[in-house]
Amino acid sequence: MENKKIIIDPVTRIEGHAKITIDLDCDGKVEDAKIHVTQYRGFEKFCEGRMYTEMPAITARTCGICPVSHVVASTKAIDEILAVTPPQAGINIRKIINLAQILQSHTLNFFHLSSPDFIYGFDAPKEDRNIFKMMQTHPVMAKDGIILRAFGQKIIEELGGKRIHPTGITPGGAAKKIEESQKEMILKEIPNAMKIAQGALKYFKENLHKFQKEIDSFATFPSLFMALINPDGTLEHYDGVLRFIDSEGNILEEGIDPQNYKDYIGEAVEEDSYLKSPYYKPLGYPMGMYRVGALARLNIASTCGTPLADEELKNFKALGGGKPVLNSFYYHYARLIEIIYAIEKIEELLNDDETISETVRRTSKVSKNRGVGCSEAPRGTLFHEYHVTKEGVITAVNLIIATGNNNLAMNAGIKQAALAFVDGNNITDGALNRVEAVIRCFDPCLSCSTHALGIVSSKIEVRDHNKNIIKVIERN
Amino acid sequence: MENSPKKLRLATIWLDGCSGCHMSILDMDEKLLEITPFIDVVFSPYVDAKEFPPNVDLTIVEGALSTDHDIAIIKKIRENSKLILALGDCAITGNISAMKNLFGSDAVLQKGYFDLADINESKKYPSQIVPKLLDKVLPLHEVVKVDYFLPGCPAPYKAIYEMLKALIEGREINIYEYTRFGK
Ligand code: SF4
Repeated sequence: MENKKIIIDPVTRIEGHAKITIDLDCDGKVEDAKIHVTQYRGFEKFCEGRMYTEMPAITARTCGICPVSHVVASTKAIDEILAVTPPQAGINIRKIINLAQILQSHTLNFFHLSSPDFIYGFDAPKEDRNIFKMMQTHPVMAKDGIILRAFGQKIIEELGGKRIHPTGITPGGAAKKIEESQKEMILKEIPNAMKIAQGALKYFKENLHKFQKEIDSFATFPSLFMALINPDGTLEHYDGVLRFIDSEGNILEEGIDPQNYKDYIGEAVEEDSYLKSPYYKPLGYPMGMYRVGALARLNIASTCGTPLADEELKNFKALGGGKPVLNSFYYHYARLIEIIYAIEKIEELLNDDETISETVRRTSKVSKNRGVGCSEAPRGTLFHEYHVTKEGVITAVNLIIATGNNNLAMNAGIKQAALAFVDGNNITDGALNRVEAVIRCFDPCLSCSTHALGIVSSKIEVRDHNKNIIKVIERN
Repeated sequence: MENSPKKLRLATIWLDGCSGCHMSILDMDEKLLEITPFIDVVFSPYVDAKEFPPNVDLTIVEGALSTDHDIAIIKKIRENSKLILALGDCAITGNISAMKNLFGSDAVLQKGYFDLADINESKKYPSQIVPKLLDKVLPLHEVVKVDYFLPGCPAPYKAIYEMLKALIEGREINIYEYTRFGK
């Protein structure tokens, strides 16, 4: 038997498109596996020559799932260029909108994309593994997911003007103050949102025992972790400083100002993916592999700073026995805790009198020629760096997108899962679904990271070394 | 919608778009539950089908055409779909996706993979396994016949709901009550 290649294309139930290749050796054993992100949009180029004022609206369109993160990073970069500090009300409005997005995005991953695997199992017929089937067999759970996601989206719509690509976050603060009626409307829905979130957490924990093999082999390995954090060690998604820790929990770098991100993060290009691979510069490439996102944030933070989330954080931390949790399957767990945190924090911010004060925005003129905006997007740390002329024309842009940070870890993860589950002599749909499910753990937003798109084919192409197709296996 | 005897075989795909138009489909919220009994989602990022199936009644396409594979898939979609709906401004005009046309694909690739990379051992743009970028991003109707256009960035969820409902019930609506370009 010759060396072969399995191609899963497109990867489904992820937010974006990619394909996976699995190389088999002569005996049908897995040799290697890779994710290929297959589209590139070129924002960093085509933003050159635009006015800085256009950047939030343009860069929001990198992603329809986390546009708020881009608007936040973009306006923070511009705040820096304008040397303006938004009034507290403006900052709080931004934070609420940002948390609402984290809530809706995590909900989307859990209910709409991943829970079919938990409900029906990874080996279920592929026709069943989706939210539409869930609507028939588990209507309450499906509806809960819809309502919880809608709760986040409605907050964004109310305060940001629009659910997708909102315009309410502007340089210098926010566009509009929060009205008392809006505050009441949101607060009224909080108890139900919390009930749904806790129900999801309970469901997840009760079913965890079914997935021990997946927990052990879905990207479970030592790596570095990176996230924003408050100087006092509490969880932070909007502001804060950058911290890197190693797999033992040692702090490698403390208190990094995001403006200096380039001293720590390098980007490497691979020939077979449009997604670049960021790495921690002091360790080099590819040794400097790190993970970002909910798992990284909860590994790095010592507390969430809200009571219910903190209660659950203790259980989460216990999984690592005092060290970081290394199993990427627990990204799901971490996201559920962050949903609870987001609901608590939104309530806290809405009840803060500062939040509804009149002044939400400050104006200023271009005062610096460079600015970096950094925030924690649902999927991890996001950087926007702009250079401008004194008239405010953009001359250079660099974006490091949350998902991109996880590129090295996702690749290592699918290889680990392929080794654990794929037998080249008897390729099953369930095994391939598991390889895809590793990607779902990371919840990659590929549309955002480069704009990914795979060619569409249900077939697994088996190829020899020269990439000649020697056999085609139908996916079902 | 009680009188619709046959389920609509529905496919959805995002090409070079930001997924915002697909999120807008989900933004129908509870109305999704009202619509789903009348549709069969046979292909979509939300389900696990890998190959575009035959005999699709309606395919909703988000995004513009920007790679050689986009061209191939949109032709395949046309062959296998009774109706194609271009969802959102990217699919209809190129919109944000076509902004790179001002520079051409070489310039955007040079920027991303040489100027803004610390390590590029192959000294090439990504070219293995990944599809090739077209030099000009195209709206759908430049390559295939499009039956319906639903503008907006994203196409608003209300417009998507009204459009789907009308298609299921087989009646005409004036969609410009619900959306416009750039909305
Ligand atoms: S039209 Fe707007 S929302 Fe839709 S894909 Fe294009 S950029 Fe995204």
